[in-house]
Amino acid sequence: MAEPAPASDFPGVQLHIVTGKGGTGKSTVAASLALALASRGKTVLLCEVEGRQGIAQLFDVPPLPYEERLLARATEKDHGNVYALAIDAESALLEYLAMYYRLGRAGKALDRFGVIDFATTIAPGVRDVLLTGKVYEAAQRNSRNKNARTYDAIVLDAPPTGRITQFLNVNNELAGLAKVGPIKAQADTVTTLLRSSRTAVHLVTVLEEMPVQETVDGVNELRSAGMPVGGVVVNLVRPQDLDEPAREQLLAGSVDTKALGKALTSAGVKAPMSMVPTLVAEGRDHAERRRLEDSQRSLVEEIGVPTYELPQLAGGADLAGLYELAAELIEQGLA
Amino acid sequence: MSRTTARVGPMTATPGPVPALDVDAMLDDPKQRIIVCCGSGGVGKTTTAASIALRAAERGRKVVVLTIDPARRLAQSMGIEALDNTPRPVPGVASTGSTSGGSLDAMMLDMKRTFDEVVESQASPEKAQQILNNPFYIAVSSSFAGTQEYMAMEKLGQLDKDARASGRWDLIVVDTPPSRSALDFLDAPERLSSFLDGKFMKLLLAPARGPAKLMTAGFGLVTKAVTTIIGGQVLNDMQAFVSAFDTLFGGFRQRAQRTFELLQAEGTSFLVVAAPEPDALREAAYFVERLSAEKMPLAGLVVNRASTDPGGDLTAAAAMSGYEKLRDAEDDVTRMAAGLLRLHADRKLIVERESRLRSRFATAHPRVRTVVLPALPTDVHDLDGLRRIGDLLSHGTEPQG
Repeated sequence: MAEPAPASDFPGVQLHIVTGKGGTGKSTVAASLALALASRGKTVLLCEVEGRQGIAQLFDVPPLPYEERLLARATEKDHGNVYALAIDAESALLEYLAMYYRLGRAGKALDRFGVIDFATTIAPGVRDVLLTGKVYEAAQRNSRNKNARTYDAIVLDAPPTGRITQFLNVNNELAGLAKVGPIKAQADTVTTLLRSSRTAVHLVTVLEEMPVQETVDGVNELRSAGMPVGGVVVNLVRPQDLDEPAREQLLAGSVDTKALGKALTSAGVKAPMSMVPTLVAEGRDHAERRRLEDSQRSLVEEIGVPTYELPQLAGGADLAGLYELAAELIEQGLA
Repeated sequence: MSRTTARVGPMTATPGPVPALDVDAMLDDPKQRIIVCCGSGGVGKTTTAASIALRAAERGRKVVVLTIDPARRLAQSMGIEALDNTPRPVPGVASTGSTSGGSLDAMMLDMKRTFDEVVESQASPEKAQQILNNPFYIAVSSSFAGTQEYMAMEKLGQLDKDARASGRWDLIVVDTPPSRSALDFLDAPERLSSFLDGKFMKLLLAPARGPAKLMTAGFGLVTKAVTTIIGGQVLNDMQAFVSAFDTLFGGFRQRAQRTFELLQAEGTSFLVVAAPEPDALREAAYFVERLSAEKMPLAGLVVNRASTDPGGDLTAAAAMSGYEKLRDAEDDVTRMAAGLLRLHADRKLIVERESRLRSRFATAHPRVRTVVLPALPTDVHDLDGLRRIGDLLSHGTEPQG
């Protein structure tokens, strides 16, 4: 495998966990990160755990089963492939039982008596242990899973920021419930990986008040739970085409409209003077939002972790957009 | 999420404008008793619920709003930062003149407290304490997936009962939990029922109820497997919990059923909230179809955070080509012109994309009344901000189809 040339900020990390508030584009960022890591020559597994089939939608492929599927095959010699896996708790439990207990008849009986259903929907914490447990299994393949592919990197499209610490802190969830026994042991091994330097939790946000506040809270929670915080990805950043003096003028209402009209004429805009008020209004609106974004940006910087900025794509985050964002992530060093 | 049920809706598109949602008519209708705001996470449900509640109060209704997880500053400005599960008057509500008599109370849902209260109301003090102290109960009541949804339903049922008995409120506005899927809210009681009726629960109860011959063969096997995997102590806790809870099950199921019926009753309306993004609109479509299948009344769709058309005849393509011509200019004003053209091009593209998304929703669901709210530059964290949203809701941008 070719070593990556430009430096990554997380060279020793195998498991990248991507979280974010709803609506910030965490799935898009996770998918782009997977592509970016693959372009560094890594064999990558992109996982989702919320049953949303978000990966299938982003990559425009049929719904993913509980099975590692090739998602993006590299054409460049020094790039790796991206595989995808949609993890659901029921399948994870049955697989776990088959792998560790060889529960042939009992496994079926469990299902018949509603135990599988119970364990995965109702028993608190068990669901999360199963989901993270499968991620762990993919990260640390053992001899029980014969002929399984090994991955250089795993990207987990994780539950949202508000739930991420609870989700990852599987031990804590089980504490007081299962103090001993195999499920506790399983939770312990998973936690060891999650707390190690092989893991990084990245938080996706947009430069608005609530998502930024939630990101700050999320980082604090992760830190106090001993989970390794990676970077903050600021997504959907507005175009940066107007420099500060231009924004000041727009906010102050001191734009030289005549000169602006002339510039528009030279750009070939029809009826340029009639467009001036519209463009100036748009510009002022933009400048106002940029000012608010800047104040949120400084809050993000105060968190004290590396930050990355991804532009808002005017056409929406479609398949082509993912590749643009992946290139951006490589350049900025998240991958 | 992929679709698990059949599409519901007309089979052909009906051309014509999207019907507009008249929020004020809904709020002024005295028969309107419950408004449920639902939608996927991150689309502005809480803010919409709070704005509607405030507007109704200032139009003379006696309103209580149940919020689930409001932003801190919004909660502070509504005087509900203390999560104490009790509705409290919101200071600064202006209900005067012809609209006097209106009032607004607000509360934030405390999931565990609500669950505890249900247990306390259903069991003898001694038994209640036994349940409340059970480790399994503590885990279920604080982290069982769906507890929040179920407790929001439960609280709605309580508020409705309280409102009818005391006359303190004549309109209840409910925010729904920030779940991945808007459907979780409707599915919660069913999930709880199937949990309570589940085979496994019966199995756990079996020893307490004497020999169940048919089950014993499987039971030994299952107990052994469960013990192996999760450990005997958990099983014991579970069994203790289930036997203590057994007598309450009936009550729980009945309450869930009653609340579900309340949602189908006349006087209840659902407002589906979405953002003009594919995921949020897909969730909204599922929800709209589900409401129709459950015979629950849909008031309409609120599309939040829409980008507004900047106006002017300049197309995105023309603006972009102008930008290309000017982008390398040296002087400030030309650079500003380039930047403004680029902004305009982006904005036009975003508006086009959003309007395409909305029109696709409208084609599939032509009868859904819709109001479109422009994206605001700042977050809302005071009553003035809520009033502004309320104004926009009533006189929002005309939906374009």
